[in-house]
Amino acid sequence: MSCSSSDDTIEYQAIPKDLEIPQLFSNLLLPPTIPSDNPQTIEGVTLGRKLFYEPLLSGDGTQACANCHLSENSFTDSDRFSTGITGAIGTRNAMPLYNMAWNFEENFLWDGGAKSLEEQVSDPIENVIEMNNTWPNVVATLQSTSIYPELFTQAFGSSTITKELVTKAIAQFERTIISGNSRFDQYLLGDQNTVTVSEIRGFNIFMDEERGDCFHCHGSNSNPIWTDNIFHNNGLDSSFADLGLGGITGDPLDNGKFKSPSLRNLAFTAPYMHDGRFETLDEVINHYSEGLVYSETIDPLMKNIAEGGAQLTEVDKADLKAFLLSLSDPGFTINPDFQNPN
Amino acid sequence: MKKHILIIVIIIGLVSCSSDDGNQPIPDILISVTNSQNWDSENVTASDLGTTEFTDENGEILIIERLRYLISKVILTNSYGDEIEIGNYKLVDLTDNNTLNYATNIVVPPGTYTGISFVYGFNEEDNMDQVYLDLNTASWNWPEMLGGGYHFMQLDGTFTSPTNQSPLPFNYHNGTARISEGVFEQNFIRVNVDGLSIDSNTNIDIKMNLAEWFKNPKTWDLNVLNTGLMGNYDAQREMNENGQSVFSVYLGD
Repeated sequence: MSCSSSDDTIEYQAIPKDLEIPQLFSNLLLPPTIPSDNPQTIEGVTLGRKLFYEPLLSGDGTQACANCHLSENSFTDSDRFSTGITGAIGTRNAMPLYNMAWNFEENFLWDGGAKSLEEQVSDPIENVIEMNNTWPNVVATLQSTSIYPELFTQAFGSSTITKELVTKAIAQFERTIISGNSRFDQYLLGDQNTVTVSEIRGFNIFMDEERGDCFHCHGSNSNPIWTDNIFHNNGLDSSFADLGLGGITGDPLDNGKFKSPSLRNLAFTAPYMHDGRFETLDEVINHYSEGLVYSETIDPLMKNIAEGGAQLTEVDKADLKAFLLSLSDPGFTINPDFQNPN
Repeated sequence: MKKHILIIVIIIGLVSCSSDDGNQPIPDILISVTNSQNWDSENVTASDLGTTEFTDENGEILIIERLRYLISKVILTNSYGDEIEIGNYKLVDLTDNNTLNYATNIVVPPGTYTGISFVYGFNEEDNMDQVYLDLNTASWNWPEMLGGGYHFMQLDGTFTSPTNQSPLPFNYHNGTARISEGVFEQNFIRVNVDGLSIDSNTNIDIKMNLAEWFKNPKTWDLNVLNTGLMGNYDAQREMNENGQSVFSVYLGD
């Protein structure tokens, strides 16, 4: 690392920091997506983690990203809808944050409204029902502190703070939030003792087109992201208060479609669905088993719509639930690398 | 004796020359391969998804929501019987124009090419579990309980019929056929087209006629065979039979 000084710009070279890629991911998946204009560095990740937990990003200095994306909940909110600084209530459940660098389509948010992780970081700060701030105010606030100009210098070689650099730093941190060490991951890596017979039966139900058929949307042992990151109408409603993808594209054929979430860490991410309508996994499974509702844009993969769903037996439901929970990783939620450094 | 020559994908713009009698170099040939889709000669594109109605041989009216399929092992054969393999495989996705180009400006030695063959899906040698990272990432895997490897095609949509006016889903998914538990049968299709005469830069379009999946030789009744087809051995084999007439090749500039 070399330094020279000229005005407030110092030649400073941050130290590259590779992502800690789980073995299954490196075995089975394409390399993670790192934008060329925002490479991962130690200093960038350190700064981004501090900013993720920084309430100064909000209009009244009380709310950080972490207030709605809690580490103990796999970086989602246990409240159905999050509350912004004005007391306004949101309309969608906060999405959990992990394995973002493997979202190769780079359609972020439930409706694909953000086309990069950096863009997704930007939105909540100015959203009036969330952090209700302005970017000029965020920049000025951080610039006025005794700490942040130096941290930005270390990360990006400039003490002049900009919106772009703030979002880049937070995105760098978010890319390090990786979950890939559940019991089922360990099973796939060869440890036969980490899962139960019921969980294996549940996996078979998950992979069986005639029963759960979950794998067409939610990945598999060959795609351990456990989502296809594609938008589907999964039969929740006959009409839509929330258009989802259709609200972004303007195409009626996209109405009611939302991005398949990853099935990792379901033990920590309740409530479920884009609007958090299901408080328990039992409700989720019951929906796909008997609760499908027809609409014009329902995905054809909801193959049993005429019967209301897959009509799973109670034993199948229990096994499927057991398998889904085996994808949860308690160690992820307490990983010290993701906790509040402030 | 046939010689099998494997050519790795060449970067666009590289052209090397051979010489006939030493006077004028004979330029190599640039070959591009594309994938197009039609319904009985009517072009099918992404704009048709979710909107255009197609009538199949049995009288059902289909709307296609999703089409992805796999083409692999494209091989050119020249007049001496030499084979040149072009590219590796391509997962064709109707919503992604980038995937409609199997190979672009591949350099092949001068000569006259009289035949082309390709595999719909993967052959037995290539259809190995989990080995293709991009296909894993695309959730293209065929369940191990059904033989493993990868899907050959996912054709999803809805249909109505004279006896059923409410749209019902269909999932025409094709891959390895399962005879019984743990017993499987290869189900890919190797397409051979002879009688060509390619001796200059050419685009080879591999055309898929979607209508043929539903009619030839078996008239497909979606009222009976609509979903849950992956583990249905008879359905998988009938897809293979119908698939024999699905593909054709068109040569263009």
